[in-house]
Amino acid sequence: MSDLTVDVAVVGAGPAGLAAAVAAAEAGAVVAVVDAGTQTGGQFWRHRPETGDADPDGHGHHDWNTFLDLRRRFRAGIAAGRVHHLPGLQVWMASKNDVDGFTLRTTRTVVGGEGVTPTVHAARLVLCPGGYDRQLPVPGWDLPGVMAAGGIQAFIKANGALPGKRFVVAGTGPFLLPVAANIAEAGGEVLAVLESSSLSKWFPHWKAAASVPGKALEGAEYAGIFARHRIPYKTRSIVTAVSGTDRVQTVSWAKADADGRAIPGTGGRYEDVDVIGFGWGFTPQMELPLSFGVQTRLDADGSLVAVVDERQESSVPGLFLAGEVTGVGGAVLAVLEGKAAGTAAADASAVVLPADVLPAKEAARRDRHRRFAQAMHQAHPVPHAWQEWLTPETLVCRCEEVPVSEVTQARSTLGAEDSRSLKSFTRVGMGWCQGRVCGFAGSCLGAGPGEPAAAASLASAAKRPLAVPVPISELASLND
Amino acid sequence: MSRASDVLVIGAGVIGAATAYFAARAGLSVTLVDQGLPASGTSSACEGNILVSDKELGPELELTRYSLSVWKGELAEHRHLWEFEAKGGIIVASQPSSLESLNRVMSVQRGFGVAVEELDPAALRKAEPHINPAALGGAYYPEDSQVQPMLVAAQLVRLATEAGAVFHAGVTVTGMMRDGDRVTGVRTSRGDFAAGNVVNCTGTWAGEIGALAGVNVPVMPRRGFVMVTEPLPPMVHHKVYAAEYIDNVGSSDAGLQASPVVEGTPGGTILIGSTRERVGFDRTVSTEALRRLAQNATGLFPFLSSVRAIRHYHGFRPYCPDHLPVIGHDDRAPGLWHAAGHEGAGIGLSVGTGKLLSQALTGQATDVDLTPFAPARFGALDPTPMEASR
Ligand SMILES: Cc1cc2nc3c(=O)[nH]c(=O)nc-3n(C[C@H](O)[C@H](O)[C@H](O)COP(=O)(O)OP(=O)(O)OC[C@H]3O[C@@H](n4cnc5c(N)ncnc54)[C@H](O)[C@@H]3O)c2cc1C
Ligand SMILES: Cc1cc2nc3c(=O)[nH]c(=O)nc-3n(C[C@H](O)[C@H](O)[C@H](O)COP(=O)(O)OP(=O)(O)OC[C@H]3O[C@@H](n4cnc5c(N)ncnc54)[C@H](O)[C@@H]3O)c2cc1C
Repeated sequence: MSDLTVDVAVVGAGPAGLAAAVAAAEAGAVVAVVDAGTQTGGQFWRHRPETGDADPDGHGHHDWNTFLDLRRRFRAGIAAGRVHHLPGLQVWMASKNDVDGFTLRTTRTVVGGEGVTPTVHAARLVLCPGGYDRQLPVPGWDLPGVMAAGGIQAFIKANGALPGKRFVVAGTGPFLLPVAANIAEAGGEVLAVLESSSLSKWFPHWKAAASVPGKALEGAEYAGIFARHRIPYKTRSIVTAVSGTDRVQTVSWAKADADGRAIPGTGGRYEDVDVIGFGWGFTPQMELPLSFGVQTRLDADGSLVAVVDERQESSVPGLFLAGEVTGVGGAVLAVLEGKAAGTAAADASAVVLPADVLPAKEAARRDRHRRFAQAMHQAHPVPHAWQEWLTPETLVCRCEEVPVSEVTQARSTLGAEDSRSLKSFTRVGMGWCQGRVCGFAGSCLGAGPGEPAAAASLASAAKRPLAVPVPISELASLND
Repeated sequence: MSRASDVLVIGAGVIGAATAYFAARAGLSVTLVDQGLPASGTSSACEGNILVSDKELGPELELTRYSLSVWKGELAEHRHLWEFEAKGGIIVASQPSSLESLNRVMSVQRGFGVAVEELDPAALRKAEPHINPAALGGAYYPEDSQVQPMLVAAQLVRLATEAGAVFHAGVTVTGMMRDGDRVTGVRTSRGDFAAGNVVNCTGTWAGEIGALAGVNVPVMPRRGFVMVTEPLPPMVHHKVYAAEYIDNVGSSDAGLQASPVVEGTPGGTILIGSTRERVGFDRTVSTEALRRLAQNATGLFPFLSSVRAIRHYHGFRPYCPDHLPVIGHDDRAPGLWHAAGHEGAGIGLSVGTGKLLSQALTGQATDVDLTPFAPARFGALDPTPMEASR
């Protein structure tokens, strides 16, 4: 496929990216959308292959009608020649210069295939790369059968089948609920959902929560599913160890105190577990924004996110961001931010006022969802004392098999207090995943027991000059 | 707290760490400061080759061999701390012309006592089964070794403190304390530190520190990119590089040069290094550099073309116009010493440099003559403007 030059490039076709592309195209811009998936929808609306006769009916999905509407308008944009959809491609490098504006270099999501992948040039860029489940190490988490909660959900959504029969879902946050519900609805047995937080932590934030009635409805729906499938939902409960001979068999758990410390003599074990899914909130995918040097901040959930203005424009002119990278907040918020970003990015002369990127009603809705997200982060924090779950042998970095003992030693004897020096001295984050999984944990461990991860540490853990792996043959045939 | 020490070392890269270590071991009271943590400069953005194979006759080869004797001798008991491995280097010639110059270099080096074996195509393939079948032959250097540079810096800082040195992280030197001509300490972001001797081990920053004392130390940056592949089972067993590399090392050409040095790491990833270009402190990713590295590496090892790169990084080699480091006392500013500008060989040369400086600092005769590295060779008192601002 040949190279493309457009007004607006969008990376990601999840809720944020789809909304951005549709808004920009409908405002008259020529848009290119690069997305790793083979069909639109991102993580949230990931679904089985769209075949002409049996379009998925949206079962198990929220806001499916929003998706159908965005997809219809997206397809209209393609038909009108204003939208170029580049599916199955990942952006491995994004750059900006005064002459060409933004340049996106792409590689195939699935290795193989003929011919060179396109390079996209654009006057403005909207990045909507989403995020992935945040993971914390726990003894035994390197066993096969330990998955990210979102990984289970993606598996179900993409295959319509389950990766096992008996499940435990653990971590914190409302996102554990849809995962458990999806498992149960697909015929799996959920032995328990272990939530580290106490739901009473929501009380101080009831106003923010009540202002988003949709979330309460979702909650009621999950309650129904949980009751129907008899799924135990245990709050203030944590997994203390995962064990098994060559894969997960037993999950040990305990009640936790207010700091998330296991209370001795409580809890028990789940036996014959096939899969345990963990989710400790989300980590926004920051490598592309960081490669432009955008201004960042620490969000209420401890994640590093980018700073944007009312138009979703970052500190880099012409670079717009929407969805998880500006703060984890769910799909509805992602759609609203995407719409604002796409509208602003379509506007070459930057005359659209902040107030006009979203109608007042939608802007108010966006603000309510942001407040809801903040409340959610405060009600479902990463437990303060999580480092106390670890044993010296627990692996921090699964790719490079680095145990906790090496990390604490590097910290105490070599002064490795940030993720950068930890990586240099112990290889944490040097392997295949490049710190995507262990970056948060490593940053916390560098900061010390009970300490939050520093922004600089998170930023260096998230710096990935290659946003995704690239075959060397493709680098060898790079053209300028 | 008494802040007066015999020696104040600026910079906790490999050079400063080694200098602090040997000075403390020599019985001097040592303070080491760095604006960041240990190994936050070039020493964490490089590779860890200790090469004799790429050196021509001259002071640098002598320093290299001395340093290697320190790595293998006095520091042998610590070799596991920094993953010292004498894995050997192989230079591969793919063109008749480069095979010719390789043969020439080999015979010169042999004359100087460097261990080197000629590899015919069959022997080359035995040593490196995945090498390009078109390769014409090579040379094997059993002395070529490697270390993990970040660990070298961090562990030498730790060992230095065990020997009595005091390390302060997060202290930026902003000025010199003077008594007449004499440098009597440094001014920093955390107050003054008095010292009998101040050693400038700040790599690419050395010119700026020199300027604080009013002396010209023309150390400039030479950028290098390195590429890292996905982890693989062992496929590359030595440090393997192309004969063309030797011509690049000493070159003053500002344009982009790339010769592959391909080597496996204990983690299974393969490092492909590195480019050389003079572009100041420019940190923009150069697609041209990536392309050249990829092309050259697949030229040596065709199997690499289907392997994926997972990362690349770049660093700035500190170099002087004559491609020799500056090591020794600066007669233009008594009390000030320099150990900087080791270009693409600072890791290997670090411990030799530190040891020789500690000999000089204690007034002993040095094991290797430091005259060729003397700061006074830059003459002028006024610092020349830096090539580019950071
Ligand atoms: C397990 C799980 C459960 C969830 N449950 C809920 C829920 O119940 N309610 C709710 O509101 N939200 C939920 N979410 C969150 C919701 O998915 C996100 O808020 C929403 O998807 C964010 O939208 P987005 O467009 O920012 O990102 P995404 O939906 O993640 O889309 C990002 C897209 O960008 C692509 N991409 C990323 N990087 C690149 C690259 N370099 N090159 C090309 N393409 C790239 C990705 O492949 C993906 O297609 C859940 C998420 C997970 C993982
Ligand atoms: C791509 C690449 C590959 C390389 N490969 C090799 C190789 O294989 N083998 C080899 O031997 N060499 C190699 N090198 C060269 C080697 O990395 C350098 O020669 C060496 O790291 C220089 O070390 P240094 O201690 O002089 O400098 P640095 O490591 O840069 O240390 C200087 C220190 O000074 C500190 N500092 C600066 N200014 C101040 C101030 N005002 N106050 C306080 N502190 C200050 C900095 O924070 C820094 O920590 C390579 C270099 C590159 C770029």
